[in-house]
Amino acid sequence: MVSMAAVEVKNLVKTYGKVEAVKSVSFQIHEGEIFGLIGPNGAGKTTILRILSTLLHPTAGTVSLFGLDVEREADAVRHLISYLPEDAGAYKTLTGRSYLTFIAAFFGGDEKIVEKGIEIADLGARIDDKIETYSKGMTRRLLVARALMVSPKLAILDEPTSGLDVINAQEIRKIIQDTVKEGTTVLLSSHNMLEVEFLCQRIALLNEGKIVEQGSPEELKERYHARNIEEVFTGVVQ
Amino acid sequence: MNHFLNIVRKEVRELLTPTTLIPIIIMALIFGGMGNMIGGAMEEAKEKPIIGLVNADSGAFSILATNVSAELAEVRYNGSSENDIEEGMVILEKEGGTALLFIPENFSATIAMNRTAEIHVYWIMRGAGIMDMISSGVVEGILQEISRRITEELVQEGNINASFVLSPFKTQETTSFKGKEMEGISPAVIGNMLSSQSTTVPIIMMIIIIMAGGMVISSMGMEKENKTLETLLTMPVKRTSIVAGKIVGSAVVGLIMAIIYMVGFSYYIRSFQESSQVDLAAYGLTLGVADYLLVGASVFFALLSALSLCMVLGTFAKNYKSAQTLTVPVSVLALIPMFITMFKDFDTLPLVLKVILFGIPFSHPMMAMRMLLFDNYTLVLGGIVYSALFALAMMGIAVWIFKTDKLLTGRFRIFTLKKKND
Repeated sequence: MVSMAAVEVKNLVKTYGKVEAVKSVSFQIHEGEIFGLIGPNGAGKTTILRILSTLLHPTAGTVSLFGLDVEREADAVRHLISYLPEDAGAYKTLTGRSYLTFIAAFFGGDEKIVEKGIEIADLGARIDDKIETYSKGMTRRLLVARALMVSPKLAILDEPTSGLDVINAQEIRKIIQDTVKEGTTVLLSSHNMLEVEFLCQRIALLNEGKIVEQGSPEELKERYHARNIEEVFTGVVQ
Repeated sequence: MNHFLNIVRKEVRELLTPTTLIPIIIMALIFGGMGNMIGGAMEEAKEKPIIGLVNADSGAFSILATNVSAELAEVRYNGSSENDIEEGMVILEKEGGTALLFIPENFSATIAMNRTAEIHVYWIMRGAGIMDMISSGVVEGILQEISRRITEELVQEGNINASFVLSPFKTQETTSFKGKEMEGISPAVIGNMLSSQSTTVPIIMMIIIIMAGGMVISSMGMEKENKTLETLLTMPVKRTSIVAGKIVGSAVVGLIMAIIYMVGFSYYIRSFQESSQVDLAAYGLTLGVADYLLVGASVFFALLSALSLCMVLGTFAKNYKSAQTLTVPVSVLALIPMFITMFKDFDTLPLVLKVILFGIPFSHPMMAMRMLLFDNYTLVLGGIVYSALFALAMMGIAVWIFKTDKLLTGRFRIFTLKKKND
């Protein structure tokens, strides 16, 4: 089923001084899909996600989310998105519940948002403990819950399972898949190509600031006669 | 390479960083500056003070007093009648004099009759800082010397009334300070009464500014390190709300800290007032409700300025560790007015130091109480307005940085090559 474009990126360029981190990148994400940006460290994934999240200004090109320009209509865009930075932390002196309440206040403070966050985080009684006592996996689950509890139209997740053990990573992947069923579009980045292949309907392979290939994992594997996306990536960059 | 030397080299490289060196260098510079100030004060102490002398008595003891004065001081005005006092004071005021000594007509005769005589001292007090008191201290030394020489004379004459001989005259003092004439009180007494403000208020302000400012900068460093700032910046909330919220939150904590310090400070002040023999209220040296409100406003806006400046500095913090280095400029800016106001009065400073002191918004609450005691509302109100404008300017800069890439990347976007493909 073809749906409208949730994200439209055209000829996006981002430079830091003389360094060109993103080189004329273009891609589209359809509403309701999980789209993955994959590539090695330093490929420009985080820069693209930060531009889409209104944190950085593009040097050139355009980015629109649900028809809104991220530069001109940044305030409106922030009502539609939820961004989870890589290796993010939370306010350690707060409890899990009070952290979710703090974030929910920016979205009207509805108690239902907090309840949904608690349900997604699934931390049991530990939700009322201080975040400083949480393990890395628990903190990441809380942060994923924070990002998804507000039912964003677009969730932008930077390395959502980075540094987590297999069990925690699986649980977070499950949460992301469940969220999409509720109508959220997901853009995620990862250097774990197997994870992206498992989660995403479509992916873009990013190398040295450029998209070198994009399509569904099945299409790409077929195109490059590869068994997995890792082999596709190796084939493309070589 | 020797393992021991290898470890030593690693340790030195790790510990000898700008973070550790800069505060030490700055403190060394501050102490150097203080050394120069104290050296200057020592020179001042060696110089003869400028005084005036009105001697209405022609007896031997008054001549002795005149000779001692001429020997130990630079007498710029000489008069012979009580009517000359006013003229003498005008001249001394112009020439930077410290005091005018008036020896009344019957001075020598009174001493000759074994009765305690009087010397009237008309002090011209210019400042209440520690260093402002040096010249009056030197004049007090001259009075003691006069007393000692008269004592010698009396002893040689065979006078055996010990209590009288040891104290042949007393002084009656009138101090002119910042437009107020205060009878029966010396600069030393006023200086002691004001010393609590000269030292404690600046120290408390300095501590509060460094602690509250450090909290803001560290908070920014922590937010960046934990990437909670990135999360916050993608929330549907205006940048101005984030900046203002962080500053006001820290200001509340800073004010709580200020109140705690002030409670302790008020007990400290009370102990001085209870032990003092002088009622400053009798000289109009009291603060009314409006004065306290002005002091409060001065503290609030200075704190707001400090926190806004710290917010701007905090945007440069990459993480919690680098945030610690960024507190140094604020600490220095708090230390400079603290030391200056402890040692000198604003009015007695050279113009350059006056400009520097006024330009540092934290100076104003350090000076406010003393200024208000002497009804100098212009400087206090000017300081409050300046601090408010400084805080607004800093908040504006902070909001601007929050709207640029600089906050996250540490780089300013100088120009854009934006091409819109509609």
